[in-house]
Amino acid sequence: MDTLVAQLQRQFRDYTISLYHQGFLDDQFTELKKLQDECSPDFVAEVVSLFFEDCEKLIGNMARALDQTGNVDFSLVGSSVHQLKGSSSSVGAKRVKGLCVTFKECCDSQNFEGCVRCLQQVDIEYKSLKAKLQDLFNLEQQIVQAGGRIPQVDI
Amino acid sequence: MASDGGVSCLRRSEMMSVGIGGMDSPPLDVDEVHVLAVDDSLVDRIVIERLLRITSCKVTAVDSGWRALEFLGIDNENASAELDRLKVDLIITDYCMPGMTGYELLKKIKESSSFRQVPVVIMSSENVITRIDRCLEEGAEDFLLKPVKLADVKRLRNYLTRDVKLSNGNKRKLPGDSPPLTLSPDSPGSSPPPSTLSPDSSDSSSPPLSPVEIISSQLSSPIDDEDDDVLTSSPESSPSPVRRQKMRSPGLD
Repeated sequence: MDTLVAQLQRQFRDYTISLYHQGFLDDQFTELKKLQDECSPDFVAEVVSLFFEDCEKLIGNMARALDQTGNVDFSLVGSSVHQLKGSSSSVGAKRVKGLCVTFKECCDSQNFEGCVRCLQQVDIEYKSLKAKLQDLFNLEQQIVQAGGRIPQVDI
Repeated sequence: MASDGGVSCLRRSEMMSVGIGGMDSPPLDVDEVHVLAVDDSLVDRIVIERLLRITSCKVTAVDSGWRALEFLGIDNENASAELDRLKVDLIITDYCMPGMTGYELLKKIKESSSFRQVPVVIMSSENVITRIDRCLEEGAEDFLLKPVKLADVKRLRNYLTRDVKLSNGNKRKLPGDSPPLTLSPDSPGSSPPPSTLSPDSSDSSSPPLSPVEIISSQLSSPIDDEDDDVLTSSPESSPSPVRRQKMRSPGLD
């Protein structure tokens, strides 16, 4: 008989695995999970939340810099991209990080259209990851509320 | 939870135990390691803080080289005397930071008589050999490639414990004891440390070392085979700090 907890745990396991397999997350996310324990049960959620705030702020900076038609400071855009690449790397946001690599190349070659495209993609990507991780954290909460333990998922 | 800039981003309850601000921090425990972490990225600061705390280090995290110097009291010679009691066992800093880079911070630390012996570890997201070499030549203890992992910090922690114990003759100094060993012939202190490295020690069993001997013992690797019995290192730790970029663990497929 499949209890609610077992069902939720299975969903959680499957969803987690799919996030890794589809390239949304990489092993640095796994590293963050290692840092979570009973004393800091929300560590991962807190860090990724800060990361998403960072995304918003940096993307805003990039958008403003790219908006200066005819007078775009590509090094300024590049420095924001560099920061975003760093923090995405630190939380395991694989796709965002990958986009930043391309974005940085566009900044270095002062490719305006390329930068605008990358900016749009990065914006979509971080929001997509944010929604997916929210779903994942919701599943965790449901498991705990149903009296179960959050399973350890080995990728 | 976190605020921007300034010193650390710990929750209130955690700030109390770490002694944020440094000035009023309680005396550090004998075996506790105090790390100063420097990174302009908030996310990275939070992560490195957690990595260090989970390996039983006390952490002070700042967001710039300037704040690091301020905390250490290096930029203000008047303050540094008072801040002598601030024991920092390791400084870990990001390389790419606006204003003052990690490399520039490293140089300033190595120029400081009070802090030049504190091991400095550089972190960088970019694996640039010339950058790594430059930092190591300037006296950096190690170079970590970001994103930093738990295994990296555990490795640091292991050889750090050995350094602390070795330089203090198997006993970590508490605030109020004689200051870290300097090269000046008359090192002040109410009681000579048990280490044979003190030039003024009259109670040590071996004759005091000359300044030349002190310098060379400082420069040589602090890892000594004879001290293996006091080590708390795990079996897989390397005998000396990794001088190059560490081997990357295989990523997920």
